[in-house]
Amino acid sequence: MEIRRNQERNIAVEVKDLKYTYSKGLPYEKEALVSVNLLVFEGEAIGVLGHTGSGKSTLIQHLNGILMPDSGEVKIFGEKINNDKKFLKNLRKIVGIVFQFPEDELFAETVYEDVSFGPKNLGLTKEEIDERVLTSLIEVGLNESYLTRSPFSLSGGEKRRVAIASILSMRPKILVLDEPTSGLDPLGREEILKLIKRLKNDKKVTIILVSHSMEDVLSLVDRVYILNKGKVVFGGDTVSIFKDKDSIEKFDLSIPEIFMLGEELKKEGFNIEEPFRDVEIAKKEIIRNLK
Amino acid sequence: MIELKNVSFSYYLPEKVDVIKNINLIVNKGEFLVIIGRNGSGKSTLGRLISFILEPTEGEIIIDDKKPKIDIDYIDIRKKIGMVFQNPDNQIVSQIVEEDIAFGLENLNYSEEEIENKIDEVINEVNLAEYRKFPPNFLSGGQRQKLAIAGILVMEPQYLVLDEPTSLLDPKGRKDVIELIKRLNKEGITIILITHRMEEAVLGDRVLVLNEGEIFLEGKPEEVFKEVEKIRSVGLSPPVFTYLSYLIKKENINIDIKLWKLEEIKKEILQLKLKI
Repeated sequence: MEIRRNQERNIAVEVKDLKYTYSKGLPYEKEALVSVNLLVFEGEAIGVLGHTGSGKSTLIQHLNGILMPDSGEVKIFGEKINNDKKFLKNLRKIVGIVFQFPEDELFAETVYEDVSFGPKNLGLTKEEIDERVLTSLIEVGLNESYLTRSPFSLSGGEKRRVAIASILSMRPKILVLDEPTSGLDPLGREEILKLIKRLKNDKKVTIILVSHSMEDVLSLVDRVYILNKGKVVFGGDTVSIFKDKDSIEKFDLSIPEIFMLGEELKKEGFNIEEPFRDVEIAKKEIIRNLK
Repeated sequence: MIELKNVSFSYYLPEKVDVIKNINLIVNKGEFLVIIGRNGSGKSTLGRLISFILEPTEGEIIIDDKKPKIDIDYIDIRKKIGMVFQNPDNQIVSQIVEEDIAFGLENLNYSEEEIENKIDEVINEVNLAEYRKFPPNFLSGGQRQKLAIAGILVMEPQYLVLDEPTSLLDPKGRKDVIELIKRLNKEGITIILITHRMEEAVLGDRVLVLNEGEIFLEGKPEEVFKEVEKIRSVGLSPPVFTYLSYLIKKENINIDIKLWKLEEIKKEILQLKLKI
């Protein structure tokens, strides 16, 4: 995919011809990334789609140096990721990764301890740490009353939000989320989606979303990359991908029904200004046509 | 038939936590029952109680007129009821697809021929025959979940409990697994499906909404999901077009709140447009 380089926008992430093989040299070596190229602008939200085993997880582990490329390179705000300890420490402040089921990684006795764990390693004062913990909790829709609670006494959705808060307390400029809504109930899911939108719109955080949920992708991201067998096989603007029946079929995606309704009504002569990316937009557009 | 009589389940943290509170429920043979509820509502615990993985703290569960004991009647239970979980990789135990399917049979004194026959039958049922000699990690997520189901089916259970079996799968895998579940139900297996996906919940003959360990709503999908405000008050949301019709109605436009199919709601909205 060719993306026009926009001089006005900073490039947050640039991945060039990235290759990675697990267990290299052993009989069961597995080529996870064959050649991946991608570009993410600052403040943008992109989606990475692909089947289980397509290389999505391997790719995101390269974005904060958990894995180092066999060949090719990964640049974050123009700086090439390398093995230098100081560099990596700084990198992990910039790139926050929320792995799948992040609540499984909660370990402390109180929410405060969990969320403050990252900032405590940054050499901040107690006041600065406390301030970060509280603002991160508020960002994810929780409040002061949670500070002293045990993470294990919380609901699934709350635990997930505490886990995200513990990443946000590092104030990342780039936030990578791997299946952030999987296993959540519908309202828990709505809350997480709202949170990610807020981070993008109000805090200008660059978002990289890995997801199987077409609804989440449609509602959140501007552009999509599709990974297959360790390569980017397709990419483009989210709405145009969902309009393109061929690529939907070819890559086993599914079109959310709410989006289809918008397209159908448009064909019937409705004045649709905004594609139906979620139910709220659909309502707004339909009401305008009916009044 | 499975009957739950005044079933409760609690654990100690060390203070007592009541997960399931005095539930009475009958699951009829051949039924497709869906259980929904927010995270922490007790769904998975209820699923584990129904499939005799957990024993109730109070009350009793009767399956086909018997009250089996988990520790004593283990094999009889597994021949009657199986449970499938979210992550297929936690349920796959062998290095080769056919061995994995046969795993449950190996201690049951079947002859090799009988085992072969049973594998044949089940592997065709789940459409994995061409992968018979492959390692499971060669399969896609959806195929691995079908393999996990095959490992249960080989015991020929009449009841199958599935706890969010599609939540980790991509759209194709999800569709495949749901098609399989529907087919198994048509063939007479009783299905108890726990899910967060409302488009799956509408497939059931009956939907049970669990909240804080109690039955909050129960009925046919079209009855349950009409109750939009009630459903949303317990952390859930109805299927997207039901919710859309609810939002439109709130703007004083006369539209039914029900389970709409795409074509139906489109027609309805076009009709509404003609009236203005």
